[in-house]
Amino acid sequence: MKRNSSKLAALSAAVVALSALTVIVTGCGKAEVKSAGFTPKQMADGLFTVMSSDRAVYTKEVVNRLQNDEKVIKASEHWKDEKTLPLPAQMFRMGAETVATKNPGFTYALLSLWPVNKQNAPKTDAEKTGLQFVADSKGATNYYAEEVLGGKKYFTAVYADVAVSPACVKCHNNHDDTPRTDFALNDVMGGVVIRLPLD
Amino acid sequence: MAVKKHWLWLLWSTLTIGMTGLMTYQMFGPDRRVVLPGPTSHGHYQIELDCNVCHTPWMGVKEDACYNCHAAELKAANDSHPKSKFTDPRNADRLELIKADNCVICHREHLPEQTRAMGVTMPDDYCFHCHQQTLTDRPSHKNFAFDSCATAGCHNYHDNTALYEGFLVKHAGELELKDSFAVPARALLATLLDSGVMKRREPLTRAQHNAPSSTEVEPQVLHDWAATAHAKAGVNCRDCHEVEDKASSTKRWSDKLDHTVCVRCHAEEVDSFLGGKHGMRLARGLTPMTPAQARLPMKPDAAHRELNCTSCHSDHAFDTRHAAVDACLSCHNDPHSLAYVNSSHFKLWQAELNATAPANSGVSCATCHLPRETHGAGETARVRVQHNQNANLRPNEKMIRGVCMDCHGLAFSLDALADAALVKTNFIGRPARHIESIDLALRRQMEIQRTKSKPESKP
Repeated sequence: MKRNSSKLAALSAAVVALSALTVIVTGCGKAEVKSAGFTPKQMADGLFTVMSSDRAVYTKEVVNRLQNDEKVIKASEHWKDEKTLPLPAQMFRMGAETVATKNPGFTYALLSLWPVNKQNAPKTDAEKTGLQFVADSKGATNYYAEEVLGGKKYFTAVYADVAVSPACVKCHNNHDDTPRTDFALNDVMGGVVIRLPLD
Repeated sequence: MAVKKHWLWLLWSTLTIGMTGLMTYQMFGPDRRVVLPGPTSHGHYQIELDCNVCHTPWMGVKEDACYNCHAAELKAANDSHPKSKFTDPRNADRLELIKADNCVICHREHLPEQTRAMGVTMPDDYCFHCHQQTLTDRPSHKNFAFDSCATAGCHNYHDNTALYEGFLVKHAGELELKDSFAVPARALLATLLDSGVMKRREPLTRAQHNAPSSTEVEPQVLHDWAATAHAKAGVNCRDCHEVEDKASSTKRWSDKLDHTVCVRCHAEEVDSFLGGKHGMRLARGLTPMTPAQARLPMKPDAAHRELNCTSCHSDHAFDTRHAAVDACLSCHNDPHSLAYVNSSHFKLWQAELNATAPANSGVSCATCHLPRETHGAGETARVRVQHNQNANLRPNEKMIRGVCMDCHGLAFSLDALADAALVKTNFIGRPARHIESIDLALRRQMEIQRTKSKPESKP
């Protein structure tokens, strides 16, 4: 009898434990689903974190190390012809173009109020306002807006693009096509514009 | 009366079924000429009866139809106007003006009255839609018309690898003809061995051929084979002539071979051959291209030759010198081809053949139209022959970097290729046109340098 009671107690405990686990797992699942509902701002911020981190690693660990520290290979604008490394900004753009061919639903671009290539000047109102805003705030604050382009609504985020190394300043100030020649280290040179569709 | 009605019904039904059957056969049968909406452009007419290459079953245009064949060349050209540029929402306003996210907006098919060079059907001033600012940003361009942007020597919509400003400046001042010149030397066997496509074998002599005793081999065939690179590389008769019998999955001897045999070792060459006008029908499983189907003038006695690898590389002899000139001239009958034998290029070719000039300094038809391309650099560099003879003609500025500049300066190359009459005479004479692009680039450089060297004015 005592044995049966023990078995029953063990069985009950197992049922309770399983039920509790089910509740916890289900609850966790619901909690996960709820927490996955990123806002457009969170999504854009997250994307920018990845982009800026990758770019910083490429700039520091590849270009700066191989070109300036170890003097193994240079980085230059016409990198294919000159058998050199792509400049960090070019690497960033190539990434953006590759992403665009895969059509993941968002787009991003590196733009500037003082673009070397005029096609990278701001075009939309959000771009113009956003690039001026991040330049004025010296990169301290990001800019967020909603805009309608081609009949579709987008969440547009603009993040400051800062001259993080003397190479950035030197290259932009001396480039034949630059409209501005007085950039200094840590100046805002442009901005990363990320667009997420809202429709 | 009822009987007559019955017969009328029967006649109507028979005609309806017959017409439906005929229309179905014409739409989906092997010969669809009657359903072609109009003559197809020079780049596609060879495969126009294989509608499925480009079209959906109900004659829409497949989304990837163009990229399926042209993606690689666009990538190699570092396409200046990729689709992604226009699908970016920030260019939505431009897309409303010109739907440049779709190839067929500029390259519409079956419209011969509208189709111009490169299969372009869009009016020639298309640059206007996005680049109006250039007229004010670049004073040197203020008097240029927008229908002149993409003419030879200045800009191309897709491929500007030989036309961008830095390249023009870098190669300004080059001699018309370089002091010493040669195209890269071929070393196919080394490439095949290095890449593992082939294993090293001992060279073979005529006596070592392994054709089956049941096969009668002409002495000339053995003589030709024994003199080839094939025999020197240890490639014996059965390596090519033994093909798989699909029914029994065993190997059998075959006297009729095609590109599917050559591809075993020459994959890159066959692949590029199938991408050009010579091989594109074969690539689609159609009957081989024949000179009779060509739109360029061809020699009447060559009209019914079928184009396969051995059409140019005559089987067993596989003489690349024959393939480089004689094979071409045995079919092509246009003014450019006919003028070749009177050209300076031909004299150089003859000098190389006569060993009075260094190896690889001659200029054959193949030198320009089936160029030797160097892939990689240093010890890993390998030279392969591009067998798509149209690849560097779309447009002809594509020839500048890969061909002309092996021997000529950039300025001369730009001028020569822009002179259609000079092209026609196979470059006998001098360019009558001068392309200003290098001059403009240099002038701009000087202006920039002058601005930079000016001392900053102090307030």
